[in-house]
Amino acid sequence: MRVSVKKWFNNGDPYVWINAGAVAISMVMVFGLLALIASRGLVHFWAHDVVQAEVEAKNGQVYPIIGELVESEMVSAVQLRDAGYTVPDNAEYMQRNLMKIGNRDITGADFRWVLDASLTKRSYPEDIVVMERREWGNFYGYLKQVKEGDVLIAEGRAAWDEFQARIDRALDIYTEIHDIEKGEIGAINSGMERLRLKQRGYELKGTATAENLLAIKEDRALLDATYQQLQAQLIGLYEKINRDQVVVANMDGTEINVDLAKIVRAYKPNAMSIADKIGFYISKFYEFVSDEPREANTEGGIFPAIFGTVLMVIIMSIIVTPFGVVAAVYLREYANQGAITRIIRIAVNNLAGVPSIVYGVFGLGFFIYFVGSGIDQALFPEALPSPTFGTGGLLWASITLAILTLPVVIVATEEGLSRIPRSIREGSLALGATKAETLWRVILPMASPAMMTGVILAIARAAGEVAPLMLVGVVKLAPSLPLDGNYPYLHLDQKFMHLGFHIYDVGFQSPNVEAARPLVYATSFLLVVVIALLNLSAVSIRNRLREKYKALEM
Amino acid sequence: MSESQINTPSINFDDPKLVRHRKSRKIKDEIAKVSIGFGGISVILAITLIFFYLLYEVAPLFAPASAEQVSEYSLPMAELGPSIYSGIEEQGEKAFRVTEQGQVIFFNTIDGSVHSQVDLNLGAGVSVTSVAQADPASRTFVLGLSNGAAQVVKHSYKITYPNDVRLIEPFIEFPFGDAPIALDEAGAAITEISLAITEEAILIVGTNSARDIFARKYVLEEDFLSGDMRLEEENISIPAISAVPQSVIAEPGMRFVFIATDEGSIQVLDLQKEAINGTYPIGQNKQISNMTLLLGGASLLVSDHDGQSSQWFMVRDGNNAYTLEHVRDFDTAAATVVATDIEHRRKGFVLADDKGYVSFFNSTANSNSLNFDLGQEILAVTNAPRANFILIESKAGQLYWWKLDNEHPEISWSALWGEVWYEGYAEPDYIWQSSAANNDFEPKYSLSPLAFGTLKAAFYAMLVATPLAICGALYTAYFMAPALRRKVKPSIELMEALPTVILGFLAGLFFAPYMEENLPGVFACLIIVPIAILGFGFTWTNLPEKIRHLVPEGWDPALLIPVVIISGWLSLEISPVLETAFFSGDMRLWLTNEAGIDFDQRNALVVGAAMGFAVIPTIFSITEDAVFSVPKHLTQGSLALGATQWQTMMRVVLPTASPGIFSAVMIGMGRAVGETMIVLMATGNTPIMDVNIFEGMRTLSANIAVEMPESEVGGTHYRILFLAAFVLFLFTFVVNTFAEFIRQRLRSKYSVI
Repeated sequence: MRVSVKKWFNNGDPYVWINAGAVAISMVMVFGLLALIASRGLVHFWAHDVVQAEVEAKNGQVYPIIGELVESEMVSAVQLRDAGYTVPDNAEYMQRNLMKIGNRDITGADFRWVLDASLTKRSYPEDIVVMERREWGNFYGYLKQVKEGDVLIAEGRAAWDEFQARIDRALDIYTEIHDIEKGEIGAINSGMERLRLKQRGYELKGTATAENLLAIKEDRALLDATYQQLQAQLIGLYEKINRDQVVVANMDGTEINVDLAKIVRAYKPNAMSIADKIGFYISKFYEFVSDEPREANTEGGIFPAIFGTVLMVIIMSIIVTPFGVVAAVYLREYANQGAITRIIRIAVNNLAGVPSIVYGVFGLGFFIYFVGSGIDQALFPEALPSPTFGTGGLLWASITLAILTLPVVIVATEEGLSRIPRSIREGSLALGATKAETLWRVILPMASPAMMTGVILAIARAAGEVAPLMLVGVVKLAPSLPLDGNYPYLHLDQKFMHLGFHIYDVGFQSPNVEAARPLVYATSFLLVVVIALLNLSAVSIRNRLREKYKALEM
Repeated sequence: MSESQINTPSINFDDPKLVRHRKSRKIKDEIAKVSIGFGGISVILAITLIFFYLLYEVAPLFAPASAEQVSEYSLPMAELGPSIYSGIEEQGEKAFRVTEQGQVIFFNTIDGSVHSQVDLNLGAGVSVTSVAQADPASRTFVLGLSNGAAQVVKHSYKITYPNDVRLIEPFIEFPFGDAPIALDEAGAAITEISLAITEEAILIVGTNSARDIFARKYVLEEDFLSGDMRLEEENISIPAISAVPQSVIAEPGMRFVFIATDEGSIQVLDLQKEAINGTYPIGQNKQISNMTLLLGGASLLVSDHDGQSSQWFMVRDGNNAYTLEHVRDFDTAAATVVATDIEHRRKGFVLADDKGYVSFFNSTANSNSLNFDLGQEILAVTNAPRANFILIESKAGQLYWWKLDNEHPEISWSALWGEVWYEGYAEPDYIWQSSAANNDFEPKYSLSPLAFGTLKAAFYAMLVATPLAICGALYTAYFMAPALRRKVKPSIELMEALPTVILGFLAGLFFAPYMEENLPGVFACLIIVPIAILGFGFTWTNLPEKIRHLVPEGWDPALLIPVVIISGWLSLEISPVLETAFFSGDMRLWLTNEAGIDFDQRNALVVGAAMGFAVIPTIFSITEDAVFSVPKHLTQGSLALGATQWQTMMRVVLPTASPGIFSAVMIGMGRAVGETMIVLMATGNTPIMDVNIFEGMRTLSANIAVEMPESEVGGTHYRILFLAAFVLFLFTFVVNTFAEFIRQRLRSKYSVI
């Protein structure tokens, strides 16, 4: 059946198609976005092949280049001519590649734009070495020698195995040093600080008797002695770790010495098989989720941010669940269902729509500057003028987000309560149960999936929220985790790191955005996955719940 | 009952054990009731606390200022004569006065008891004939002497805490040597004097009774060995003036000297060009009674004999030429001003008139925050550095010590929302600039650019989101196959849960540069994708039924997904071609050079797209609910009468669901207005007022996020940020409540149908 254009329009079908198109566009946007994040975030851990080639520069000079191809784009010839490139007359646009050449200590920048046409003599030599370092970013080049001090240990092909063995040794020592510095010396520092506060406390209270001071002095001497011992141990370890060097040559043949102590990992991407690369991928991914950040957060892992986010969310749920449930039970079961309750319900519902930054402002003003400084005056006068709770921290961030997510929990729980048929309540009451018993034994168990839904949604919202946290205690780099082995173990007053803020900070405040970008994508991917899983589980719980009550209503 | 034989159970209800059990259950029930009631109400109160706390922080901005007299006493050492100059130390504990004979008397402000007396050693028979203060932060003033010399004096304080009690020891310094500087070599008395101090140089300008003008400029040089400061005189020549000077002021820029003439005009000397910049009459038949430099040295406060006061400053025009402009008049009582003093940290000043009225003004806000009547004829007023006290000397030789509570004079309706002519600007403008490095900076607290930016961002976001979300929701609710709908809805909900920090990051670091590169392609998308959808729809309708029936009804979006992807990809691919064909190779350059449109990489278009993405799910799900809950018998009735699907949609479904759709748009708008992270990351955060889609903006929420951590607790800036938060809170809350009421009414309407 042929339909003319006129008839088609008269039917109104085009508008239906446009509406269908809107759905399609929305779907493409959502899944395109997820695919973008996933692809950009996941390729970060892959061991890309490293290309060696020759580049003709703007001035006609030819120089060698070694690096990874990061991305390429088409640029119009006009722009290139404006930038000073010589472009063939017939070309309208040309491909331009972004190459990661690393060696920031030598070249000054990790990345370089290169015209595809000017890259010649491309090859993928198997003995190109990539070294991840603790400073100056990646190194790309060739391994020449392994040295112990000034003594040559290995050279040429044999050097690689020697190099790997020695890196493993250096990494073991590094772990040991790290454990001592962060763990044991950290504990001593925190003990020292506690003693200082104790002494100041005595002075403030006027109980700084000779006896008390002597006790403090003894404790301090004890800590000092342990510290000296550890220090000696550390000096020994540092001597050991600084034993080895390697001589490497970069793309233009310059040879430099690199201390093995500064190397995190070294590999030959062009010589790796697919299986090797998969293994490498897994180990890189593990490093990403379990390690601390390096080089101003642009390298290494994001473990402190994951830990901070999880801990904050847990504390928040502990606070928000009982309060949200009590408020919902009150509104639904106890309050008179009149106009006032209706208004309160609408108001609570609408608080979910209040911008999150407003909660941040409230948290900063009320909790930190008002309550926090009050607590400091009353409970921690010995630490003043440096604030304990009078500054942003884990506790205030958790409470602020608890208030932010309270409406979510209240609304979800109320919905669950309202879905429980009246007959069930009446049945329980008719059997002689009191209202409290009905609530406790019948209603709440039945509404518990709804509460779960509410709490999961609250967690999903809190995990992704950044704006209020920027005001109430998130930092770009926290020196230690808020949960550790030093008294009082859970440091509610400490500032912490957060995945969302990490994305903002590394993506926008970092001095080397280009180098940090893959890591930001990877972090985003992780955050999206966590939040998507939380949401999907909340949705499935809710759907199951609805099915269950449908059966009850029969 | 009687028909069936039931054995009464042998339970004795009055058994004490059971009674106890019942009692305890009753008590438990009561406890539960009370505690849940208490808990529930307190949670709700805690939530309302947000509103009241914000209000509590904002309220002082609009609270009226107050003043109360602390004490009154006669002049300390009154026998030395009245004061010619007074000053107060930072804490407001000690003050000093200078007499005509060069005696400095320090006294306690609370009771006037003399602390110490210092003789400035002006020399025998020499008296002070004029006095002027430099920038108040320098605590320095200059005395013009009867022998034609000038003496620069600084009052300083040493603060110690013996036994934890603050002890302030005042003393006098001569920062540029204790020998007076000869201004008039002939030795005539200096009747008017002015001093400008910077870190590099000092400039003293004076006139004598013969109305000659003298100026001395010294460059401060540090001795490398001893670290002492030395003065190197720099020759300057003063252009001859054409009128009789009445008072003289040198500004700290050391370029201009302002001279009030007896003809009622201000003559401006340009020391750099060594010429007269111009003569500016302050009004017809007006005589200048007082001329003072406001804080920062940029503005003149000019009072005339009719009691009118006005602000003037030098404005640079397009040709780099300066002219003195009359900026604003202050709403003063029509009485002659007898004394003025400026505030030390704000662009404020106090005027005292001949009737004994004391009035406090702020120049930026053009506000008169506080007035009181002393009831005495006033000789001088002196502000404390923190503007929390004022010392008033009456002609009768009494001192009055008043405590002031005038925290936020710089806030007025016009300062927050109106166009204000700020110092150094060519014309009145809306500016937000809250802080700068220097102390005498004029804060510019106009919320207009921020509110404008907020609405601009929200507008572009709604422009992207509303059509997509509403069209999509109409289709999903009304046309879509249920199986597909069950997949689409959770996907859209997932879209809502995406953290905005990720959207902002993608917008700022991926989409913004991408769009800059492929600008023509992005616009081509807007045309090509809809055409492709329509084209595909038409082709599909004309396909043989065999093929059409392969896809069940209501699955069209699934068919369209590849169409959208391919057409979108195509339009981006042809971007360089379009760019070469229409925009001479570079659309960005073309926009700036040919069309004259400024282009920022992070602009409103990027924000619109990213925030639109964040708002789509909100609008979508509410609209979808509203459309889906339109009773089926309505649509079926319409279809049965022969209307097409689309006619039913437009004439029956849409009108019924329109309140719900309206509230969806409102709630979406509430979300767009308050969104922080996306605008923070996807715009340049420059507070400009420009509707240009290719320029950025700064929104209220992003402004809070950027500036809140640095603002001083309790300060004006801090409270204004709270005000911004309060405005956001109220706006979204009111919008959402309104939308919610509409939805509830809609729901009850459906239940009737």
